[in-house]
Amino acid sequence: MRVVFTANGRRVEADDVWEGESLLYVLRERLGLPGSKNACEQGECGSCTVYLDGEPVCACLVAAGQAEGREVRTVEGLAGEDGLDPVQQAFLDAGAVQCGFCTPGLLVQTHALLERDPRPADADIREALSGNLCRCTGYEKIMDAVRLAAARRAGEGAQG
Amino acid sequence: MEFLRPETWDEALALKAEHPDAVPVAGGTDVMVELNFDRRRPPALLDLNRVAEAARWESDGAVVRLGAAVPYARIVSELGRELPGLALAARTVGSPQIRNRGTVGGNLGSASPAGDAHPPLLAAGRGVRVEAASVRGTRMVPVDDFYLGPKRSALEPDELVRAVHVPVAGGPQQFSKVGTRNAMVISVCSFALALHPADRTVGTGIGSAAPTPRRAAEAEAFLAGELAERGLWERGGELDEAVVRRFGELAAAAASPIDDVRGSADYRRHALAVMARRTLGWCWAGYTGLPERSAA
Ligand SMILES: Cc1cc2nc3c(=O)[nH]c(=O)nc-3n(C[C@H](O)[C@H](O)[C@H](O)COP(=O)(O)OP(=O)(O)OC[C@H]3O[C@@H](n4cnc5c(N)ncnc54)[C@H](O)[C@@H]3O)c2cc1C
Ligand code: FES
Ligand code: FES
Repeated sequence: MRVVFTANGRRVEADDVWEGESLLYVLRERLGLPGSKNACEQGECGSCTVYLDGEPVCACLVAAGQAEGREVRTVEGLAGEDGLDPVQQAFLDAGAVQCGFCTPGLLVQTHALLERDPRPADADIREALSGNLCRCTGYEKIMDAVRLAAARRAGEGAQG
Repeated sequence: MEFLRPETWDEALALKAEHPDAVPVAGGTDVMVELNFDRRRPPALLDLNRVAEAARWESDGAVVRLGAAVPYARIVSELGRELPGLALAARTVGSPQIRNRGTVGGNLGSASPAGDAHPPLLAAGRGVRVEAASVRGTRMVPVDDFYLGPKRSALEPDELVRAVHVPVAGGPQQFSKVGTRNAMVISVCSFALALHPADRTVGTGIGSAAPTPRRAAEAEAFLAGELAERGLWERGGELDEAVVRRFGELAAAAASPIDDVRGSADYRRHALAVMARRTLGWCWAGYTGLPERSAA
């Protein structure tokens, strides 16, 4: 079947999609958007997290056909014209990236957290990231990165 | 494989009647795992995401009609007051990403004894009904009659869960779940408790400790009886320790758990008694406004 939706603001079309295929497979293998990672294919690791109509979801658990006509935003769509999103920059600056496999999902999930709650407490951060597994960092640098991103965003807001 | 995309319930029911083997997919958090791992190759998928009504709920003040495809995240944010037991259970499901997609309709469709929506639905009162719809008409199935066996429900092949009707809470409701960590766990076992002061009944639900989710009927009758006999529904007051203990024993006795990878039968019985006592402590504190006594 053909599936048509919006990915990172751009209309995309995928042909010959198998009806049982996941959105993750379509993004990675058919649309050249390999940022979202495939690690578990069962919703456990969060490395495939993307926005679907503004909500972060596991792309491996969305049937390709369910994305028809909807808006998807992946890690590739976070950076703007003028460079990295503050969340991405904070992950770099805080050293929250080691092998980087979990990073795309964490970036999208953190982005979604800060959109909803610009000043999360540590417990809120842990709760928001509870579906994103990282085998390298031990999570402390990730916590630092989220705090840093929140602080920078708040700073920007204060400056206007 | 076919991908069927109804836009309305009428279309969805017509398609399900035409293709009884089509597998409905709402949040996909159960179905897609099976597809990704080649455990299931249905001839067709029936996408419920486009049926707008399925993702709505409404309340007349007495009963909430919860559309089958309202995701857990919205139950948590929108229904904490009306359906506190279900909202508490919804909070424990998977992760934020899973809660953004997973639905009660899907939990009922899977009918796993470990599904977290089941215990609070069983506890929420005798009025809980599953609205099972087909082109032949609509059946209102009492939730007690819905679960037939492990992953088997009363749904006919041409039926879909359209909504669940749940009485608005008239008293405190609690949910407790044991797992290896706080997030992302299929329950080892779980327990839901609801006090119904209006008709002076008690509701319970046990998860993951029997072939189906089930109530602890004797524990319910015992506690309701004690509260009535001692005049505690009217005057509040402390709960006798012996009553709390007996309630826990009866809750555990209602289960018929097995040993499996997640836990042993003995552990499950033990944990159920603990959860029953704790949820009773929390509910009773909520009912009386008295500080909770340790119920460990
Ligand atoms: C990582 C992860 C963690 C999880 N954690 C939990 C947890 O903590 N607690 C828990 O209870 N579950 C958990 N689950 C399981 C799952 O999320 C739930 O069972 C959820 O309620 C399924 O809803 P869904 O809409 O995603 O169902 P789907 O996958 O879309 O469907 C599930 C089943 O129900 C059928 N179905 C769906 N909608 C209907 C309908 N309206 N009428 C008839 N049949 C229907 C489908 O055909 C399928 O058989 C987890 C799953 C994953 C992947
Ligand atoms: S690949 Fe989707 S959650 Fe792991
Ligand atoms: S950096 Fe390697 S998994 Fe997180």
